[in-house]
Amino acid sequence: MAELLLDVLLVLALLSTASAALLSRDLFRAVVLFIAFGLLLSLSWVRLHAPDLALAEAAIGAGLTGVLLLDAVSHFRGRREVE
Amino acid sequence: MKAGVVTVLALLLGGILAPVVVAVASADPGTSLHTLVQTRLEASGVEHPVTAVLLNFRAYDTLLEIGVLVVAGITGMSLSRAGARAEPELRSTNTLLHALARWFVPLMLLLAAWLLWAGSHRPGGAFQAGAVLAAAGVMMRLTGLPTAWIAPGPMLRLGLSAGFSVFLLVAAVGALTGRAFLAYPPLLSGPLILVIETLLTLSIGMILLGLYVAAAQRDGADE
Repeated sequence: MAELLLDVLLVLALLSTASAALLSRDLFRAVVLFIAFGLLLSLSWVRLHAPDLALAEAAIGAGLTGVLLLDAVSHFRGRREVE
Repeated sequence: MKAGVVTVLALLLGGILAPVVVAVASADPGTSLHTLVQTRLEASGVEHPVTAVLLNFRAYDTLLEIGVLVVAGITGMSLSRAGARAEPELRSTNTLLHALARWFVPLMLLLAAWLLWAGSHRPGGAFQAGAVLAAAGVMMRLTGLPTAWIAPGPMLRLGLSAGFSVFLLVAAVGALTGRAFLAYPPLLSGPLILVIETLLTLSIGMILLGLYVAAAQRDGADE
């Protein structure tokens, strides 16, 4: 029962972070939500008994992609201020 | 109007995809790949099925993957402006950040080494360890610790290409000595996989960090 509850909560959290990241007007906010989405996704890989994928998702999907996206956002901001 | 059309199309696509996913998930898979891997695991030289598939049974995919990464890394770094790759000034005087980096960077290096070693018998492996290495590098860049090895030079070239070239060398030696392309000698497969994974870890870490450095904001470069 507890496991089912956890899974349902995980799915709801995944859907809400994903849609919030897509619908967010603020790019920085969207990236932070994307990182949160990546961490939740790695939790769901653990629930699906795929720890290898969970590690890769947390390290590459959430961590490094998040850093690169944050960099891109700050780059855009700098350009917008110059214009 | 436009948003409405997109919503209807998305719902339609979702409605078609959902039954397909359910059908695929509930179909009888026939010969289970899992049991196939388990029966051949002893011959692979490692004890963890995922590593056995990635570095032995389907090593061709991994070889192509690292090839793509090397090309992406080199392209990304050559597109960056020269100023971006220069050593950053000490970016912040935040003592907390520096203390944190001093604690985290050694721990992350240790974690990367452990992940690499763990790959032979439990979840872990070159890609995860490489990503942790790259994250340690990003932290060093952000706190202004010296990262001379990522500056253009022989170290960078060697680091970027080592994983792919050694992997390709092992594959080619297998083909030239009468076995198949990428077939390891039976007795040496364990050590060979470890050597390839170690170099892959270093290369992946360097490529990912290189991409980060190439994309980093140009403080003062164009303002």
